[in-house]
Amino acid sequence: MKDSKTLLGGCRVLDLTDVKGHLCGKVLGDYGADVIKIEPSGGDTARNIGPFYQNVADPEKSLSWFSSNTSKRGITLNIETPAGKDLFLRLVKSADIVVESFPPGYLDNLGLSYSDLRAVKSDIIMTSITPFGQEGPYAHYQATDLVGVSMGGLARLLGDLGRPPVRMSCDPQAYMHAGLHGAVGSMMAYYHREMTGEGQHVDVSMQAAVLLAIQHAPELWELMKVNVVGTGQFFISVRPQPHGLLSSRMIMPCEDGYVACTFGGGASMGQVVSSKALVDWANEEGMALELKDYDFTQWDGATITQEEQDHIYGTVGEFLKTKTKAELYEEAVKRSIMLAPCNNIEDITKNVQLEARDFWEQVEHPELGETITYPGAPVKMAQTPWRIGCRAPLIGEHNQEIYVDELRLTMEEVGILQANGVI
Amino acid sequence: MAKQIFEGIKVIDFTWAATGPQVSRELAEHGATVIRVESHKRLCPLRTYPPFRDGIPGVDRSAFFTKNNTNKYSISLDLTHPKSREVTRRLIQWTDIIGESMTPGSMARLGLDYESCSKINPKIVYFSTCQQGQYGPHRDFGGYGYHVNAVAGLSACTGWADGEPTMVFPAYSDFIAPWYVLIALAGALLRRRETGEGMYIEQSQFEAGLTFVAPHILDFVVNGHKLTRNGNRDRYMCPHGIYPCIGQDRWVAITVADDYQWHQLCEMMGNPPWTFEQRFDGILNRKQNEEDLDQKIGEWTRDFTAEQVMTMLQEAGVPAGVVETAEDLFNDPQLKFRQQFRKLDHPVIGPHTCQAPAYTLSETPCEIARPAPCLGEHNEYIYRDILGFSDDEIADFIVEGVITTEADAPTKV
Repeated sequence: MKDSKTLLGGCRVLDLTDVKGHLCGKVLGDYGADVIKIEPSGGDTARNIGPFYQNVADPEKSLSWFSSNTSKRGITLNIETPAGKDLFLRLVKSADIVVESFPPGYLDNLGLSYSDLRAVKSDIIMTSITPFGQEGPYAHYQATDLVGVSMGGLARLLGDLGRPPVRMSCDPQAYMHAGLHGAVGSMMAYYHREMTGEGQHVDVSMQAAVLLAIQHAPELWELMKVNVVGTGQFFISVRPQPHGLLSSRMIMPCEDGYVACTFGGGASMGQVVSSKALVDWANEEGMALELKDYDFTQWDGATITQEEQDHIYGTVGEFLKTKTKAELYEEAVKRSIMLAPCNNIEDITKNVQLEARDFWEQVEHPELGETITYPGAPVKMAQTPWRIGCRAPLIGEHNQEIYVDELRLTMEEVGILQANGVI
Repeated sequence: MAKQIFEGIKVIDFTWAATGPQVSRELAEHGATVIRVESHKRLCPLRTYPPFRDGIPGVDRSAFFTKNNTNKYSISLDLTHPKSREVTRRLIQWTDIIGESMTPGSMARLGLDYESCSKINPKIVYFSTCQQGQYGPHRDFGGYGYHVNAVAGLSACTGWADGEPTMVFPAYSDFIAPWYVLIALAGALLRRRETGEGMYIEQSQFEAGLTFVAPHILDFVVNGHKLTRNGNRDRYMCPHGIYPCIGQDRWVAITVADDYQWHQLCEMMGNPPWTFEQRFDGILNRKQNEEDLDQKIGEWTRDFTAEQVMTMLQEAGVPAGVVETAEDLFNDPQLKFRQQFRKLDHPVIGPHTCQAPAYTLSETPCEIARPAPCLGEHNEYIYRDILGFSDDEIADFIVEGVITTEADAPTKV
């Protein structure tokens, strides 16, 4: 039954993923798919990962579970049991996509490989999300988020000069990339299936997903034999001799934090305008006066000395220290200055642009007695709006709906299955 | 040749920089016919960014451009020229999809916004993606990727507790946003098949990027907790960090999730006496003495290469991995096995590689067959064979500057 109000209303997804793949089902579900999260009896172990609602470590209160499992209904099922496997295959008959993130070979050993599923539903799409892929020399390797961002090349690019590589503290990221690329692969296969009737197996590598997030770092190696490393607050340009390296401080302190500020000129009109506008503003307040007549069109990143660069940056830096992030950003927008605040999470929730675009979604959590603000739509579509269909499921929340209402088990049967650890 | 998913689907690509081009690139890699509409007078910024072949700048020499534009055609067209309307009208009639990533308002000024295009072809699926969205008080904010990184909280949360915010090398949202658009496009095409209707898809890259920090947003909204920089620490796992190895600036990531993995790690380290100390016995003690623990582990890893540590620990069931440099990625045996790097031969850049998608499809694998186009490389083919202009009309376009040429390019790239 197709729901024409959303983009993927006719699509059913069975979601067997662990934390490495949760985002996949959420993405498809938020676009309208009917996603059924299948958890082991007792619930997904990821429910023990915080942060937690009011800091209470409770499997029904994990904020990371909440945020990655919206728009999914939830059932419990032990697919390692004969009865559980049977129920799963019955659900496969009604499914379009099965997403999983088990170690390669696990489902094969249970008789639930892609070809096993295809015997039950010939056009089934199976999306397998693993750290390195189904096959290959590292296919049996384990990976956590830190290992994922390290082996995908992202960690090497981050951090301060002279300190170890780091990951972003807003973890996880590798899992997010894996889940999102899993959703893309699933959608590619679903489109093909709708057009031709043919399903297929989608094999997603978390390592490759991270690799696709490192911009032109591979190209800088391939063509220039340069390995990018984290440069902290600085932008380092490598220049031909005799000029040597130029180090420009981009992350500058301000009154209540830091801002990212571009300051230069030369061939880039945008930068010339920006630098001039920033100096003009500083001059209005009696600061950076020595830069009043500086001709930014003559600024040349290729030949300027480190001393002069430090001097002009330092001069404008003194002005930045007298203003808050909010003041600087507001003027930057007005005066076309290429400057942005280094926002923290609180700043993000108060961002006026997000507010003006109605970015935030209110999601009801009746069992907590409140509504929580979530990040909203990654794209806007008028005819088939993205939306959060429901909050993340409680453990076994939809067992009744699926097992009894849909699969027509009796309550007695559900009781037997539950007591035997099948559900 | 196996069937391609988007065979027969046509795309007019007005996008530039990174986000938009990745969308149309992946469509092209799955068989869509993608025509980039470019101008020598207003170059896609990536055509002007290094790395250039041999370090020599040039509009067709940038590998930063090629990585986002494989499999596509390119025509040159001055969209500000009044006669360009004759060309864009035919392009719009021909296409299924139109994509753009200009600063908000630009396409409307050119008469190429969704409303104008859908009057010519009501069935088009049109996507607009830009940094902060098509409307709102900050829509005109012009900055680079690292400005969006800063606004999106990434700079403030990357680095060390005793340090300052850091630059994050990739314009991170650029590698999150395109995928949401791609999924929406595929859905819109299916919907069009049923309803005959086109669709407009609008995106703020800033908003798309925020979906990846959702748990931390909820943590603030619910608990008032503000995420801070914490190096390589984890909430629960310990040890959890990046440790120095033999060689110049070589590192390995090691993460231990439970007591079993801790015992395995100790075994691999040869069960040194320090691992029996009370202060490292049990997860709470280890967490409390994490700094010392990291130092001790670093003293062990220092005697091995990162590859040796990874191999040893993975074989013992402990998640560990080389902190790979770009060079390492090219030599990575698993990425080689998956053919993650594909070889292409570009007319100006010569042999080079590009990266394949992160997923493989068993029945309809992608085809990365053609390198990124030179600017206007396919003028003759597209203007004549696809759009149906005569040789005389094309000659007039060139003379009148509707079709731009190298003579129109800036002298300094």
